[in-house]
Amino acid sequence: MNIIARLVIIAAFASAAISAAAQEGKPWIHDPSTIMECDGKYYTFGTGGGGLISEDGWIWYGGAVRPGGGAAPDALKIGDRYLIAYSSTGGGLGGGHAGRILTMWNRTLDPESPDFGYTEPIEVAYSEVDEDCDAIDAGLFMDPVTGRLWCTYGTYFGFIRIVELDPRSGARVEGNEPVDIAIDCEATTIIWRNGWYYLLGTHGTCCDGVNSTYNIVAGRSRNVTGPYVDNCGRDMLAGGGKMVIDAEDRLFGAGHFGRYVEDDGVEKMSLHFEADLDRSGRSVLAIRPLLWVNDWPVGGSLFEEGTYEISSVRRGYALELAVDFVRMAVERQPFFRIYPEEPVKSLDVQKLEDVLSTWPEGETGVRIGDWMNRPHQRWMISAVPEAGGYPGGPYFKISIEGTGRVLAAAEGAELIVLPEFTGAPEQLWRIEQLTDGTYRIMPKSIPDCSEPYVLVSIADSTPTLARYDFSSDNCKWILKRKAACL
Amino acid sequence: MKSLISFFVATVLAAMLSFPASAGKKKDIVKTYPALAPYFSVPSGKTVSPDDQGFIRRWLLLEPIDKPNWTNTVFVDSYVRANLDTGWNKGEDFVVPADGEKACDSLTWHALDSRLFNVKLYRYAVGTETGRYGLIFRAVTIIDCPEDMVDVRLAVGSNSASMWWIDGEEALILSGDRRMVMDDGASRRLTLRKGRHVITGSVINGPGMSDFCVRFIDEDGDPVLNYDIRCK
Repeated sequence: MNIIARLVIIAAFASAAISAAAQEGKPWIHDPSTIMECDGKYYTFGTGGGGLISEDGWIWYGGAVRPGGGAAPDALKIGDRYLIAYSSTGGGLGGGHAGRILTMWNRTLDPESPDFGYTEPIEVAYSEVDEDCDAIDAGLFMDPVTGRLWCTYGTYFGFIRIVELDPRSGARVEGNEPVDIAIDCEATTIIWRNGWYYLLGTHGTCCDGVNSTYNIVAGRSRNVTGPYVDNCGRDMLAGGGKMVIDAEDRLFGAGHFGRYVEDDGVEKMSLHFEADLDRSGRSVLAIRPLLWVNDWPVGGSLFEEGTYEISSVRRGYALELAVDFVRMAVERQPFFRIYPEEPVKSLDVQKLEDVLSTWPEGETGVRIGDWMNRPHQRWMISAVPEAGGYPGGPYFKISIEGTGRVLAAAEGAELIVLPEFTGAPEQLWRIEQLTDGTYRIMPKSIPDCSEPYVLVSIADSTPTLARYDFSSDNCKWILKRKAACL
Repeated sequence: MKSLISFFVATVLAAMLSFPASAGKKKDIVKTYPALAPYFSVPSGKTVSPDDQGFIRRWLLLEPIDKPNWTNTVFVDSYVRANLDTGWNKGEDFVVPADGEKACDSLTWHALDSRLFNVKLYRYAVGTETGRYGLIFRAVTIIDCPEDMVDVRLAVGSNSASMWWIDGEEALILSGDRRMVMDDGASRRLTLRKGRHVITGSVINGPGMSDFCVRFIDEDGDPVLNYDIRCK
């Protein structure tokens, strides 16, 4: 391939990568609430009223309805109803600090539904004009251990506070007094995992577009009311916080965390980036994998297109096209016949053109084998923008680098490599980073099969499609990025 | 003789003007401004120790200097240096101010003990009815080291930007739109010889809350506790 052709491919590749860097559609929002699913659609609400709706969790448009205006809402499903919390305030950093936290219910989030209708808002917390708290930025948390409902609120002006709400009414529990749990945060919320309560908050400069230094940090506690302490033992009441996610290459101002648990070991976090350089610096919704390392939340990255080794966690072997192994015709230098005075030289890796003629045309099988960085093991994973996606990613095609041969789900819930990509759903793959950093790879559909099967290493050398089980290494893959070899 | 008497009278008058309320008669600032009470108290006793986390709570605070800024994002290094490092705390002419002493024409130094580990400058300004937003604060304290303090660091958190000096030598600058975080920044390793040292700091803030916390930490990041703090 000549240099111009290579550059064209690289340019197209870079362009595709950029297009997949944020949620698609018109995801303009600031301070998004935790993503809620309702009747097969996804919803999030933002500052100022309204919000976004998505059919698939990847492509988002305006249309969600939240009355009341104000700042930084949150949402939580309790039973068959949705509780929405939002706030009104007196004027921000340079203004007064009289704020109010309000809650209201709705039976559905679909504004087209006949059941749609918000209850009258109830005030559940407030701040006076000049006390050490500004009652905005509500975060809702249902304690899975106790079944008690909590609401955190506050901003840079003083303390972050927590109050208890009645999960039946959404009102403040009678006699409950606020507890100070942090300082100098915004957009706090609490989550629970593995015996720990985590307080997530946003630090840095808000509302400054491409210069916003917003970033999301966390502390943890064994008690819902704190103390919340970071990885250095620093109390969040002293400004502590361990980084969860900050700016990306072209996205700045990560703020307003929300957790979305999709499946066992599949967690996502919603947030906004205050400025997307690819979208005029607008504030956009983002969804990223939520990983857990040593019981600390860590923000994962949007999956990047590129050439990968697809390595099984089960054995460490690599997914490959089932074709003849072609030995590299390179002069051997046995260790007992090395002449030190001879200069060393660099040898080429095996190239696609070295082996392509040995591959059968048409459909080809798939297996798992020793990684040798050979062309039949090098998978190019690229987004298919027109195919839509799922929360946190677009559908991808998985092809042998430099060819049109694509991995597909086949009848009988098995795998095959097809000679050309047609865009059929069995050729589209959902790639999601799991909480332990490995990946789950799942076809959009399987011919004659309605089970949500994933790519599984059923034997060390045999891949298949089978039931997902986070506790099994058979279901997990490591995607190792490789330099392009075209 | 006449000139000597004149000099004596002038000196006494000057001293009276500089110290409008002498040490024994100075008004109780917290009683005068009760809004300070949740955050500050008037120092009692000649010296105090750092608190159990090592934070220095006894400070002389100058009433804030007006410096309007509608945002804290302007506090880049050069801006901070230009506005905080003005020589006010350096040189042979610098003398630790006395409680009640005037400076910068009409502003007064107040000796206060913070009730919290962090010194709430916003509450100091609002409480003394001397400002709210867009201010520069100055702070001074004295520490007495009973022995050499080797390889310690001055650790500071401030809202917003700040500069800190020990015996007039720059120890630390925290630039940018900052929130106050314990141990946000630290000086290089320092050796403080046995005896008296003067810590000075200056904090600048636009809108929002303003405060600082200061302590010494050792090689392991643990607090240094074995010294006394006083304001005169």
